[in-house]
Amino acid sequence: MSALSFQGLNVWFGEGRDRVDAVKDASFEVAPGESFGLVGESGSGKSTIMRALTGLAPHWSGHMSVNDRPVGRRRDRTFYKTVQMVFQDPYASLHPRLSVDQVLSEVLWLHGFGDIEPRIERLLDDVGLGPSFRFRYPHQLSGGQRQRVAIARALAPEPSILLLDEPTSALDVSVQAEILNLLADLRTEHNLTFLMVSHDLAVVAHMCERIAVMQAGEIVEVLGVEEMRAMKPQHPYTLSLLEASLGYRRESA
Amino acid sequence: MSETLTGWRDWLLTDTPHSRSQARLSALYQGWLAFRRNSLAMLGLAILLFLLFVAAFAPWLAPSDPFAQDLANRLQPIGAEGHPLGTDSLGRDILSRLIHGSRITLYIVTLVALIAPIAGLIVGTIAGYAGGIIDMGLMRITDIFLAFPRLVLALAFVAALGAGIENAVLAISLTAWPPYARIARAETLTIRNSDYISAVRLQGAGPIRIITKHIWPLCISSLIVRVTLDMAGIILAAAGLGFLGLGAQPPSPEWGAMISEGRRFILDHWWVATMPGLAIFTVSLAFNLLGDGLRDVLDPKSEK
Amino acid sequence: MTDLLDVEDLWVRFPTRTGMFDAVRGVSFRLGRERLGIVGESGSGKSMTGRAILRLIRPPGQVDATHIKLDGENLLDKSEVEMRAVRGNRISMVMQDPKFSLNPVMTVGEQLIEAYQLHARGGQAEARKRAIEMLEAVSIRDAERVMRAHPHEMSGGMGQRIMIAMMLIPDPELLIADEPTSALDVSVQGQVLQIMDKLVQDRGMGLIFISHDLNLVAQFCDRVLIMYAGRVVETCDAHKLHEAQHPYTRGLLNSLPRFDAPQKRLEVLKRDPAWAEVPSVGPRA
Repeated sequence: MSALSFQGLNVWFGEGRDRVDAVKDASFEVAPGESFGLVGESGSGKSTIMRALTGLAPHWSGHMSVNDRPVGRRRDRTFYKTVQMVFQDPYASLHPRLSVDQVLSEVLWLHGFGDIEPRIERLLDDVGLGPSFRFRYPHQLSGGQRQRVAIARALAPEPSILLLDEPTSALDVSVQAEILNLLADLRTEHNLTFLMVSHDLAVVAHMCERIAVMQAGEIVEVLGVEEMRAMKPQHPYTLSLLEASLGYRRESA
Repeated sequence: MSETLTGWRDWLLTDTPHSRSQARLSALYQGWLAFRRNSLAMLGLAILLFLLFVAAFAPWLAPSDPFAQDLANRLQPIGAEGHPLGTDSLGRDILSRLIHGSRITLYIVTLVALIAPIAGLIVGTIAGYAGGIIDMGLMRITDIFLAFPRLVLALAFVAALGAGIENAVLAISLTAWPPYARIARAETLTIRNSDYISAVRLQGAGPIRIITKHIWPLCISSLIVRVTLDMAGIILAAAGLGFLGLGAQPPSPEWGAMISEGRRFILDHWWVATMPGLAIFTVSLAFNLLGDGLRDVLDPKSEK
Repeated sequence: MTDLLDVEDLWVRFPTRTGMFDAVRGVSFRLGRERLGIVGESGSGKSMTGRAILRLIRPPGQVDATHIKLDGENLLDKSEVEMRAVRGNRISMVMQDPKFSLNPVMTVGEQLIEAYQLHARGGQAEARKRAIEMLEAVSIRDAERVMRAHPHEMSGGMGQRIMIAMMLIPDPELLIADEPTSALDVSVQGQVLQIMDKLVQDRGMGLIFISHDLNLVAQFCDRVLIMYAGRVVETCDAHKLHEAQHPYTRGLLNSLPRFDAPQKRLEVLKRDPAWAEVPSVGPRA
């Protein structure tokens, strides 16, 4: 049993001469309740895997399944009730003209919940925003508060799998700590499975148990967090990535 | 008194609204505050409110019957007794005709402003969101309409449908929607790929819902701005049709038709054509000023 | 030793509906030929400080200071025309995203040559030679090809190097870099930093490095100012940043996830309103 399974996944953009292969023959599995990280440089295809799973990147081949049910070309509402996503930039992922209340009630309505009122209050409570935030518009919220609203939106359908696309890279470090703590709490509280993309290895190491390293669309290595912390990867690319992310060293020094 | 007023102000300006209606009113009020700072836009708004007032109370405001002919007093100059703006070639009071004409102008403007942008919005957002073949098809149709000069196309429609105000409105609307479709499509293309649209797609929302609930609210503001800026052109097109005898029919006091009548006397009796011309100019300018002010308030791109 | 830059009691204010908003409040610092880091969270006024030095704050924003002296000359006394000569010639600025700083319809070469001709008289051939030299100085290998390319054909790292090259053409005394590497991948980030590092050492240039990344600043700079709510709350030697005393600095450092040691929970910064009230720390405190 696996929560997410990718077998021989290829994702591309464009056609013919302009075709760009963003993901090449990627295979990995995420167990239920696990937190799995995808790391790599920009353009390595780590976010594209998520977008292919959710249907935002339409051209793909291979096999994907969610809770052992294969994902087809068309995704039905039960898919979106199982898999939800939190986007990178909370300044871009909230509709500028809709209040928190409007966003959440629409999502709840779409998923056919009847008891919308109490659910909104509980969701806001879950993500650490009080009821006073309910009728605010995005421009009345700070970056961290927006990301909390985005997390509440993703939690609204009561999914079991949460896709996190660099959820804190647009935030200050102190706010990042709050959001990462919140995500960790929600994971234990709701038994969530995480698939997380990040370029920040320290964040991934903090959040995930297993990590896939991607380079130019291919997964070069899947390793456990302990191996990573110990700087003992199998693949030379992973080692260079680890070293680069440890910080800047003066050449002369 | 002033305490309750500041109480209201605070209630409206709060960053922590407590109900749906307060949030909505507060957003409106803040827009109004931003708009009010633009004095030229306020001037435009004042002129248009005045026009609305004049149109609403035309029968009471007009000093005399706009249709009453008095051939003995034809072509009286400005300031003549009983005719502050003079009389036209049939001795009708120009001021009264202008006042009654404001109703026709507003009628045309309102109808066109309802039909053209809404048609454009629907076509543009569908084309932009659907993409592919649908986009191609709708946009080629738009291009066909755009390829004709506006007045010529309107002329053809009126010629086919028959002269009259309603047909003039229809003709102008038919020629006015393509630019709105273009704008709506361009906006949709940038909105379509944004994260907040992706997010609602991931909630399983269908295309109709996404277009009407999420894309329209963002397109409408730029369309409103564009409509107010185009209003001058619409008034002029209506006047142009009137001038050519294809819009409002005599003896209706439509401003364009009035210019057309006055044209014959422009050298000796300049005021007959100039007064309705000034009216058109003032109203067009007012719409332009209003549009500029609205753009500053509504344009989502200028927001922080 | 005279200071390259001496800023005293700098204020940046913006009028808002509810009164004046002070983005920078009484910041003073001095800079020699060294790498000075300014760190803080968004809204702490670190970018505003950089822009204020170049007098790039547009009205209705206001800049006040006792003085902003560059080599003893007060920049606040200069006219806008004289300021234009200072910007670029003597102080250059590198912004976060090269995509928005390069003109998309001109080739890189054209822009570099234009930048050179704006600051120095010299023929086309001379300008071209200098431009290629500069590209080589920022470790671009096939400079000839890059000269012919348009900005969109460049990767982020390349674009940022080109920006730095452009800023270096007039041989400035001071470079202000506002989050120059935040948009870049870690591996590229290292290369760009190395280039800037080398330039500071070889040319004796002063560098103000504005960043939100504490670890990076600790490793890269000589000295660090930590800003909070428009004030400098602490200043220290960069290699001693991890021993910083101020609770805000400590809070920021502790809220970072650590790569070498697993933590159960991340420490959350508890803000004390008093931090914003205490006056800025002085230039050599």
